[in-house]
Amino acid sequence: MSSATETRVAIKPRVAVVAPPSPYGWGKRLLKVAGTLSTRLAAVVALAVVWEVFPRLGLVDSVFLPPLSEVLADWWQLLTSGRLWENTEASLIRSLSGFGLAIVLTIPLGLVIGWYQPVANLLNPLLEVFRNTAALALLPVFVLILGLGETSKIAIITYACAWPILLNTISGVRTVDPLLIKSARSLGLGPLRLFQKVVLPAAVPTIFTGIRLAGAYSILILIAAEMVGAKAGLGYLINYAQYNFAVPDMYAGIITISAIGLIVNQLLIALERRFSTWRTTS
Amino acid sequence: MIRFENVRKVFQARGTTVTALDGIDLEVRAGEFLVIVGPSGCGKSTLLDLAGGLATASSGRILVDGKEVTGPGLDRGVVFQQYALLPWRTAQGNVEFGLEAKNVPRRERAARAREYLDLVGLSAFRDRYPHELSGGMKQRVAIARSLAFDPEVLLMDEPFAALDAQTRDGLQDELLRIWERTGKTVVFITHGIEEAVYLGQRVAVMTSRPGRIKRVVDVPLTARSATEDLRSDPEFAHYRHQIWSLLRDEVDKARTAELEGITHV
Repeated sequence: MSSATETRVAIKPRVAVVAPPSPYGWGKRLLKVAGTLSTRLAAVVALAVVWEVFPRLGLVDSVFLPPLSEVLADWWQLLTSGRLWENTEASLIRSLSGFGLAIVLTIPLGLVIGWYQPVANLLNPLLEVFRNTAALALLPVFVLILGLGETSKIAIITYACAWPILLNTISGVRTVDPLLIKSARSLGLGPLRLFQKVVLPAAVPTIFTGIRLAGAYSILILIAAEMVGAKAGLGYLINYAQYNFAVPDMYAGIITISAIGLIVNQLLIALERRFSTWRTTS
Repeated sequence: MIRFENVRKVFQARGTTVTALDGIDLEVRAGEFLVIVGPSGCGKSTLLDLAGGLATASSGRILVDGKEVTGPGLDRGVVFQQYALLPWRTAQGNVEFGLEAKNVPRRERAARAREYLDLVGLSAFRDRYPHELSGGMKQRVAIARSLAFDPEVLLMDEPFAALDAQTRDGLQDELLRIWERTGKTVVFITHGIEEAVYLGQRVAVMTSRPGRIKRVVDVPLTARSATEDLRSDPEFAHYRHQIWSLLRDEVDKARTAELEGITHV
């Protein structure tokens, strides 16, 4: 619980200094903010406490689950030694390349499929087959064809990221309000300008939802891919630590990857909001 | 100005052929405010789509200023019941949209959009997005958008049907004021008899499907904007009743047809 009280105490005086001279409403608002903050953090803090206390009390075997403080100390050591960064860098490069490639390749494809009905009719059955096949089931195929190196890892990430982006782009284009199209046509807009001025902007929020989902996938698939024949990366670190029984290292890797996942997701949510403010309450 | 010459429109729906419009002959004079009123499903919106070039007639032709309509064009501005504003653009941006279609230079676009938002009384709401505007305001933006690119004809498809009664009354007066100021030709579709009499210099009454023009009624109410409460005027009541009588049989017919399970368009 200590960290939560600390943050609350730390925030209070700072806001009080900024508060205007007639701060009648401020006290209440502050309490409210503190309240929501503590509600949000409560479950996480509880997990941290359990993680710290249970191994110490011997309720779980501390060999398999070392107390959180030990894991964090180990994490710090990994960080200062540069080993953590080295592996994180390798992971981020793979993840971002795969994610970026998926964006560049599938958005145009999705726009074409969504806009041209014959293309959609042709490709839909194929899309249905592939979207219902778990990406990781294809990992051995990727390794078989592309080898154990970077190519197969980036390719599987690209593949996994492609689906949410592709499917959302298609549905974004498909679900544009027909009245908007009719209205734009009544202004004599040609197909190209209609697409540029109406269809594309209307589809942006839906496309972004796909991008956000893909961001999450890029991290999830990355770890699995790195557990197969990698020489660096967080997935490799976790797997390697487990083989060598360096249990705190393993947990340090896991914590890092979940922190990265969290940050990536928050960034993408913020970006998504920015691009779809007009959709709120409409 | 606008001439409908023996216009017929046939739809194919679920294997059956539905005649939506048949033998439409109608002339709309330049600068006139013509209202078309008819029972639901009589094809009045289809008629407007044809005039807007958004659909093509099965036979017959439509002339605007002597030129046959072959597609949409900026000589006609369409106002839809559901506003059709681009939700990612502000009121200003939406009015500019029509001007972009007309390839008006950027700076002039902004100035003209402001001018027309002023005309519909929305100068203070220029930077608002559609979801921040009320239904009445949205329709004002839509009207400003259609007026801004300066079409000769305004085609309005039940533009006030989705609004509450008070807002509707206000916008009717507003529209009459704008019409008088701009001198546009207005073709206004409605299913409301009062609205038709209140707005139209002439009211064309349509039959139930297949839609034909049953009668065109002159409504020479001179004191439209002067009278305090035109709707309680005995003359107003007279025209209201006349159009009501013309419509009553058609509404009955439309209802029977619907109950008999004839495909509804």
